[in-house]
Parts: sequence; structure tokens; C-alpha cells
Amino acid sequence: MTASEPQTDPVKLVIVGHVDHGKSTLVGRLLHETGALSAEKLERLKAISAKRGQALEWAFLLDSFQAERDQGVTIDVSRIRFDTAVRPYVVIDAPGHVEFLKNMVTGAADAEAALLMVDASEGLKEQTRRHAYLLRLLGVEQVAVVVTKMDLVGYDQQRFSEIARDVRAYLQELGADPQVIIPISAREGENIAAKSDKMAWHDGPTVLEALDTFTPRCPLAFMPLRLPVQDVYKFDERRIIAGTIAAGQLRQGDTLLFSPSGKTARVESIETWSAPEKLEAKVGEAIGVTLDRQIFVERGELASHIEEAPVLTNVFRGRIFWLDDQPLKVGDTVKLRINSMDAEARVQAIERVIDTESLAGGGADAVNRNEVAEIVLRTRSMLALDEARANPETGRFVISRNFRIVGGGVISMEGYPDQREAITVRSTNITASESEIDRSARWRRNGHRGGVYWLTGLSGSGKSTIARETERQLFLKGFNVYVLDGDNVRTGLSANLGFSPEDRAENIRRVGEVASLFADSGTIVLASFISPYQSDRDRARQAAGDSFHEVYIKADLSVCETRDPKGLYKKARAGEIPAFTGISAPYEAPEAPECIVDTDADTPDESAAQLVAYIEKVCQLTD
Amino acid sequence: MNELDELEAASIFILREAYNRFDDLAMLWSLGKDSNVMVWLAKKAFYGHVPFPVVHVDTGKKFKEMYDFRDRYTDEWNLRLITGDCPPVEDMDPTLPPAARSAARKTAGLKSLLEEYGYTGVIAGIRRDEEAVRAKERVFSPRGEAAEWDFRNQPPEFWNQFNTEFPPGTHVRIHPILGWTELDIWRYVRREGIPLVDLYFAKDGMRYRSLGDQDITSPVPSNADTLDAIIHELETTNTSERAGRAMDHEAEDSFERLRRDGYM
Repeated sequence: MTASEPQTDPVKLVIVGHVDHGKSTLVGRLLHETGALSAEKLERLKAISAKRGQALEWAFLLDSFQAERDQGVTIDVSRIRFDTAVRPYVVIDAPGHVEFLKNMVTGAADAEAALLMVDASEGLKEQTRRHAYLLRLLGVEQVAVVVTKMDLVGYDQQRFSEIARDVRAYLQELGADPQVIIPISAREGENIAAKSDKMAWHDGPTVLEALDTFTPRCPLAFMPLRLPVQDVYKFDERRIIAGTIAAGQLRQGDTLLFSPSGKTARVESIETWSAPEKLEAKVGEAIGVTLDRQIFVERGELASHIEEAPVLTNVFRGRIFWLDDQPLKVGDTVKLRINSMDAEARVQAIERVIDTESLAGGGADAVNRNEVAEIVLRTRSMLALDEARANPETGRFVISRNFRIVGGGVISMEGYPDQREAITVRSTNITASESEIDRSARWRRNGHRGGVYWLTGLSGSGKSTIARETERQLFLKGFNVYVLDGDNVRTGLSANLGFSPEDRAENIRRVGEVASLFADSGTIVLASFISPYQSDRDRARQAAGDSFHEVYIKADLSVCETRDPKGLYKKARAGEIPAFTGISAPYEAPEAPECIVDTDADTPDESAAQLVAYIEKVCQLTD
Repeated sequence: MNELDELEAASIFILREAYNRFDDLAMLWSLGKDSNVMVWLAKKAFYGHVPFPVVHVDTGKKFKEMYDFRDRYTDEWNLRLITGDCPPVEDMDPTLPPAARSAARKTAGLKSLLEEYGYTGVIAGIRRDEEAVRAKERVFSPRGEAAEWDFRNQPPEFWNQFNTEFPPGTHVRIHPILGWTELDIWRYVRREGIPLVDLYFAKDGMRYRSLGDQDITSPVPSNADTLDAIIHELETTNTSERAGRAMDHEAEDSFERLRRDGYM
């Protein structure tokens, strides 16, 4: 590096807050105070201001669209650079009008630090709170609050203290802590570069001093490796896997695991052009590697080391912001992008639409433009991702619709299992042996088809009662029938499993495989399990193939809670059982069950009779 | 990674994203310093190859040095060059000020070239620090059916996820060096040894800071005749890069009008 290259990276700083709270004015003033304005620009600014019969209007510097200047409102994000004695800054001026929230998000998502502006004469307003909330969601951790237009309130300390208290209370509720709160007047230049005489009572820093305490975004170098595959090139004899490292680092010779495909290969070389040879690469670098074996990987896979692999799942929770004119509704299909992966996703649930004013929220059918919400998304294909709290880069996603990005969010797996264990085959060198007796021969001897009848439903919905009664009746009629019941397998087959999402998934995987073997041997299996996750039931269906029947034992949560045969709901409500399905853990009702037994309406005998009739019909031999 | 490494990596990511997402992709090659940096970045991104055509929209009024440069490096860099002509100035909107009207020829030339070749992704080397209106651009910026820029309703763009889908009949402008400054460009040119047209270097106390058409671009006073001298000059200057571009100074909104209609 030569002497004239900058020694410090610029910090990207976004200025946010309610419309008319003086963001653009502060930016103009910052540029002026730091000497970033060319003589020519200042002249132009004076001319443009004069043309509109105004004194020097700092905001016009950044409001470069004629429409912005004429209406006195920032429409889109501007960026401009200035330097302090400590380091360069790229300042991002974001619009404060709710109409242009998508532009505010565009600016703020790119920032490493933020100034949240509050007008001293108005206090906290709707967009002040919404912007503060979005900063959290977008991952901007360093925030200083600037209370501006202090000249309009006579530089009153009392007024400043009230606003400071409000803003601190709100931010703390979000789990954020404002580094500093500074009283200023951008127009008059008070507390921008030099300490203000008019507010001698303020013993904190000026705006420039506060900025210089910020640090550039800490790179994720020491986190587990994440390399999203962006493309695969074959321009010459090399086959190059290209991508930008999102976290961690890799070295030549490392073994990479590609998710979701599960393929592995070693890094043969890190390719370069017009640059020295490269043996290792770190977060942020746009690299290309060749592998020691020809494996088929394509865009969308996420490479990691074998240890510390990303989560595999086809369902997750997202805390999102929504920017489309059309609301997002339960059941909608949207395009999802996570890292370099695209997937179609369905909105399974909207659990909470959050009021950024009060931070309260409840369930809803739709998320409207500019709202934030917690939703559950489900995809058909498996996704490789991280939780946002584990890795903010790979733990977020965007949603697009009608050719446009219309929303984004951060990922949580709370209540949902990592499905990697459930789909990983560890054994090698195995060859399945085939029986000489085929399935239909066994069926003919029994006089009926074998099959898996998978009873799913809430605790207390009546699964066990119905399963036992159905088993009794079918047995008496001469059917080869057997019940696999939740409580029973948990003392044997799954004795080593608990009730975490992963253990629940593993329990259902085992039962699904066992049930499939029973069915193959010609037996009618009644598998009675809460089995709250659709993904797990889908896997059980996959194991058993065409002889799988999903039976939804349907009952309202309130009805189940009244029945409470094992006293479990009472304990769950008292907080004695963590992650109890329906109370503190999700239950995903079947989307397309083969049979629905409604136990709200019918007695257990009626329900069993309905199931017996169904099984008798479908297990008949046709020829 | 230092700042130049970070800028380089970010631009490579954008170029790779463009190449992956667009089947009909082309890069505008104006022969200026910024577009040479772009070609260089493409060779870095694709390991010595430039896997899409480079397009020179020729106003016929460039400097001879620029045409010579074009011919030499088309060969040396193994580029697939496509050139397009521009209609005469008389066909342009007469309400535009003279220099802007002349510059508008380039937009018209580009539009007809887009139609002829059917490009849906066009890579252009604009930077945010050049002009306040460009500062409000997106990295992937959709254009309408008449190639126009709907700046009032730009889609959001965040977290390195870009708007790469577009309705039929429209295209997307891709700006891989949007976040670079003039100084970044020069420092990168020096670091990488990227060849440039000689006109940037001072002769007889004058040099071109920005290269456009001969009749609407003027040199600025300067003695900077080496890369080091130019970088030193820029570190201390207080005048803007496009000071020598006549069209920027004709009316408050002339550049905005040009861009709205599809200018780079």
C-alpha cells in the first residue's frame, strides 16, 4: 500500500427519522463543517436556493431531483462522502416520508451506523419509531440520537430531557441502547463540529465527536465458513465454483460441504487473474475455487466446512418488513431469496403484525404495505440457511413478487427443527437386499392391503382412544392390525429422545421408518402421534410411499384443553412443560389429509367407526 | 482487505450476478477510465474472460486517441466489440439546452442498439459521486419500455439482493462501480496498471478529467502528467469531475432530464 491510499475504511452512516425532522439539513451542514463542499457546489446551492426565494437551503444539496427541491421532501436516498480528522464517511440521507419507506430501507440496510433524528419541537413521531424499529431489523447496531431544531425551543434543557427520556424508553424496549443523545441545531450549526455555547448544559459529545466513536462493521471472519455458490464457470479447462465469502475463511485443501445437496469435495485451488497466488481467502472476498472431484453443484448451494454446517429446513419464521402495495396474505406464494438460493415459498401463517408505535401485535390475515410482521414461510424444496442471531448475513432473506423486491426479513427457527440429521444418511457401503416375496403376495394371503394410517392431532384430540378402538374393531373383523403410539415408542425405540424440535423430528423419522416396514410386511399400522410438523409427516409419507394415509384427528385447542386427559395442558399453562404443542410450540395442521375425523362434533365411537369404514374401503384388494 | 479490495470484491459480485441472471447482457464501453476499470473488473470476475459483448455507442465525435485505444484493446483484451451509431442532433428534443441536446444523441443511439440486439441487461460505468442525480441510482436499475428511468418509483434494493427480473419489453441497467469515487478509480488504475487513453494526462498545462464528445468536453488546467500526480491533484482539489462537461451547467435539471429519458 502506498502512502496516499487511505488507512481507514469509510464508515457508512445513515440519517433517519420522521419527515421534516431535518435530516437533509444536517447532512448539508456536516458537509459544510467538514469542508467536503466544493466551491462550485456551494455556489450552485446558493443559486438554486435563491431561485426559490430562500436563504441557503442545505437540504437542496442532497435533494437533487427537481421534484425533491420543489416539494421540499427527500424522495430517494443520496450518498455523499466527507472526512473527519479520524476517518472518511459515506453519509446516506434516507427519506422520512412513509411514502418512501422502501427507499429508507434501501439506504439503511447498507449502513454500519445511524443517526436517528428527532425534531425538538415535535418529539417522537410515527416514522421516528418505525425507523428505529427497522434499524434493529436491518441489523444496524450503532445508533446515536440527535435532537434537532433546538433553536425552535429556545435551547431548552427541560424539553431536551423529556425527548431523551421518551426515545431512550422506546429504544430500550426494542433491546437497543442509544450510544448518545445530542441536542443540536443543524441550521444554526450548534453542537455539530464545535460545542454549543447556547447549550452549555449538554456535557456529551458533538455530532462529529459521536461519529468518530463508531466503528466499521466488524467482519465475520471468525464465524463458521459460509460461501454461497453464485455461479459455476467453464470458460476454459477449469471448472470454477464462484462466490463471495459471507462469513469465515477457507484454505486450499479444505473439505467443503455443499448444502442442501450434501455433497463434499476438497478445494484444489483458489483461482486468480492478474493477482498473486492465493492459498486462503476470507470473508468479503469474491473468489473462485476448483475442486478435487467433479461433483455437480450449482448456484444456490451454500458451502461450509463439514463441522458447523448451516441449518437445513423447509419451514422457518421470518420477522419481515413489507413494502409492496399489495398486502401479503396467508396462503400467498412468493419468491424467496436466501443468499444465492431462489425458492418458491408459501405463507403458512402470519403470527403477529407489529404496531411499531406500541410494539404490541396480534395475528392477522394480511401484512399491509410498510408494516412489520412475524410470519411462517414454507418451501417445497430444502433450504440451507442460518438463524439471524447466529449469522446476520446468511440469516436473512428477501421476497420478490411481480419482478420487484417487495420485502425482507430475518430468520428464526424457534420451535422448528434443523432437519439435517433427519435426512442425512451416514452409513456407507450398504446394499439393500430385496425380498423374494413381493408385497402383493403378502396382501393376498392377509386378504387386505397393508398400510400406514398416520393419526395426527393435538394432545387430547382423541388420537389414542380412536386408534385403540379402531384396532379392536379391525382385529375382530380379521384384519392384521397394530398400533404404534407416541407414549409407547418413547419408552423403547425413542427412549433416548426428548422434546426439542430436533428430537421430535428424529422421533417421527424413526416411527415413520418402522411403520413403513410394518406396512411392507402386510400390516395395517395405526401410527398415533401428535407429529406437529408437516415436514416430518411428509417424510413419513415418503418412507411408506403409496400406502401412506394422513388422518387428521381434528379438535379445537380449547376443546382439547377442556378434556386434558393427562393434565398436561394445565402444566403447560403453568409453565411447567416447555415447548408444549399448541401452547408454546407450533402445531401445523395437515394441508391435504386423506381423511379428516372431527372429534369436536362426534363421539369417540362415531369417530372410530368413521376411521374403520375408511380403512376397510381403502385396504380392499382390487382384483 | 483494504478499501480498494472491498470495492473490487463488491463490483465482482455485481458483475457475476449480472452474468448469471441475464441471458442477453452487454457492457457499455465508453473508452473512458471508468469503463476500462469495468472491463478489468470483468476479467477479474471471469478469470481473464469477458463473457459478454462490449458496446461502444459511437457519437462519431470522440477524440482520435479514443478510437485508437478502442482498436488496440479490443484485440489485446480479446473483447467482442459491438458499435452503434447515433442519429443527428437535429432529431433530438429541441427544448433541451444545446450541449444536453448533443449528449441526448447517445441515448438515442443506445436505444436503437438495444432494440437491434435485444439486450435485457446493460452494464454501465456510472458512479454516485459524479453527479447528484446519479447518486440516487440503484445498482440494478429497471428501465421502462422506452428505456426511461422512473426515479420516483425505484424498487428497494438491499442486502446484496438485486432486482434482476423485469417485465417483457423492458431492460435493467447494471452499475457495478456505482459506489466508487473518482479517486478510487485512479488509485485502482495505479494499483492494477490498467491502460488508459493519454488525454487524461496533462500536456501544456491542460488535461481532460472526463472524456465526452470533442465539442462538449473541455480540458481543465492541470500539470498532472503521471498517475501519482493525478492522484495527488484529486486529493487536494475542490472542483468537481464533470466541471468540463458543458451539459451539466446549462440548466438546473438538464442532467436529470437526460437521465430520466435513458441517458447513462
